[in-house]
Amino acid sequence: MTLTSEPSTSEPSTLSMQTGTPLLEARHLVQEFVVRDRGGVKGGVVHAVSDVSFEVRAGETLGVVGETGSGKSTVARSVLAAPKPKSGEVLFKGTDLVKLKRRDLLELRREMQMVYQDPYGSLDPKWQVADIIEEPLVAYKRGNSTERKRRVGEVMDLVGLDPSVFSSRKPRQLSGGQCQRVAIARALTLSPELIVCDEAVSSLDVLIQAQVLNLFEHLRQELQLSYLFIAHDLALVKQVSDRVAVMYLGQFAEVGPSEKIYLQPFHPYTAALLGSIPSPDPNAAKVSTRGTISGEPPSPINPPSGCRFRTRCPRAQDRCATEAPVLRELEPDHAVACHFPLAGESTPVTITTNGAPSA
Amino acid sequence: MGSTVSTEIATTTEDLARAGVATKVPLLEVRDLKVRFTQNGRTVRAVDGVNYSLQSGKTLAIIGESGSGKTVSSRAIMGLLPGTARISGSAKFEGVELLGMSDKELRTRRGPDFAMVFQDPARSLNPTMRIGIQITEAIRSHFDVSKAEAKKQAINLLQMVRLPSAETRFSEYPHQLSGGMRQRVMIAIALSCHPKLLIADEATTALDVTTQAQIMELLEDLQAELNMALILISHDMGLAASFTDEVVVMYAGRVVEQAPTRTLFSNVRMPYTKVLLDAIPRLENKSHTLLPVVQGRPPDLTALPPGCSFSPRCPYVQEDCRETEPPLVEHEPDHIWACFHPVNEGSPVTEGSLAK
Repeated sequence: MTLTSEPSTSEPSTLSMQTGTPLLEARHLVQEFVVRDRGGVKGGVVHAVSDVSFEVRAGETLGVVGETGSGKSTVARSVLAAPKPKSGEVLFKGTDLVKLKRRDLLELRREMQMVYQDPYGSLDPKWQVADIIEEPLVAYKRGNSTERKRRVGEVMDLVGLDPSVFSSRKPRQLSGGQCQRVAIARALTLSPELIVCDEAVSSLDVLIQAQVLNLFEHLRQELQLSYLFIAHDLALVKQVSDRVAVMYLGQFAEVGPSEKIYLQPFHPYTAALLGSIPSPDPNAAKVSTRGTISGEPPSPINPPSGCRFRTRCPRAQDRCATEAPVLRELEPDHAVACHFPLAGESTPVTITTNGAPSA
Repeated sequence: MGSTVSTEIATTTEDLARAGVATKVPLLEVRDLKVRFTQNGRTVRAVDGVNYSLQSGKTLAIIGESGSGKTVSSRAIMGLLPGTARISGSAKFEGVELLGMSDKELRTRRGPDFAMVFQDPARSLNPTMRIGIQITEAIRSHFDVSKAEAKKQAINLLQMVRLPSAETRFSEYPHQLSGGMRQRVMIAIALSCHPKLLIADEATTALDVTTQAQIMELLEDLQAELNMALILISHDMGLAASFTDEVVVMYAGRVVEQAPTRTLFSNVRMPYTKVLLDAIPRLENKSHTLLPVVQGRPPDLTALPPGCSFSPRCPYVQEDCRETEPPLVEHEPDHIWACFHPVNEGSPVTEGSLAK
């Protein structure tokens, strides 16, 4: 695999050595949006995603975790070229989506479907459940009416909705969990290979959330699906994913096997995230942000120079302000973008007590 | 006091006296609180018998899913429910009954006595007003101070809630602030009259986890500093376990388990609490772990099932659960639950096991 490599970017191919062609590969994704001030004057550029590279292997779940404004949803949409990224490549089974004509793109999108956060908002309130689920088949002109109806029945069974009960219902007659099942059924009708889940369970109550998470798990095993699973909850993402990517302000801070991310985080931001999750275990360590993260996230319109986490990082030094850290593999399959990673430090690090260095 | 307390309730003042806590009048004492609504001619039992007492400086968590009654019970106490709500029971703040108090009197108490922070800071703030005005307005409606003095206090408050560059932010609008900053402003407004009790209704739910941790640490510090009591209304068991002294678990309008936080989380007895805990994705779980789940949904509050409301979904259900509603009884010291067949039967404290 040859890449148009720039000095400041990592080689995504280094993360994919053990398998063949990945199902999905994103290379140097960049997505930016112009914000307009009063009168349509260009007010600035939101650097939503800045040079992100990753891959989803066949049958794998890649989790992307990040906080508000980290660009994780933009990554999800860029992957489906909706809208197309500003630059970079999105290879689905080797075909670059970004370069495809509209017609070919639509055809390819059949194999990658999306499930959104808001279960009510993503379903047409005036449609019946069966019609909602059938729509992709109609749009892609698959089968005749009888075949389509049969397929709708199949996927409804798959997601645990009894067709005889739910077919003629409308979204408002469903609970949040049931709506999300309809959205999942609709995503499954065209037998995709990849499902992109953008905060797909975040708005559900914990018991319903567990049901839907298990459903994703069953579907993965039954249909050999791959997921790009995006959410803000690290514990949740870790549980569903084989590998986890931690995003901060438009960039990947760390990518690695989910177990390693948890047991041995390299990036100070990952450690801060882990330390912020309150555990229901009475003997667990208390939540603490003291000494792991401070202040507020900076604006993606004007991200800090060098490492974007440095303004909140307790380990930041002068070098972090001048030189953007490159995502590099410290251990097989486990990469971090940090000059002074937490574990496996090859060079001794002196930690500055005073947070932000001068820019 | 306690004249309205019905006899079957375990935590009467006498029980508390035995436990040695009633020597001090609690800051807030809620007894047999019930809230009913009428919807299409049918009665909604939104809250059905909530009891707790809270001392100054302590934190209570009210845990439950959507529609469990956790928010309604707290709004009832603060007098924030619509006039159609039928409220009964008792809620005494420093010994003074709040239920049935006139709106006028309640208004003078909201602020200096108790304040509330809601889930959605974007919707709780006025988008057309600079945040400084919104804080000084709160201060000047309760204290007779000059505008300049109110501004000074407001900036102090913004600094206390660790809003970065408080003086500049004072004259900004809510949309110019991040979600975490807006929630800090809401807390600053809630604290502007130095309340003795702060009710945080899912106050950190919409925030990022690092911001949530920062806000919770801030609340803890402020609590210690001001000896403020805190009621944390949340669906997050982790948050309750980490930041509170006592936990009330609600299901379908009823309290189903209640205990000091450590007791509860180290010895869960009510199956609903256990189910709720088991359903949380944990960092310790391996990839692709299946969570133990229960099917079904919380019951319709206008048509509750006979017996235990959780019985249709309960993995431990027996025949009697479907017939009789289990009473909420103090089975172990300070540990109350409503279940005939509690879980963790082999746990160290086994006194008072099955029914009654």
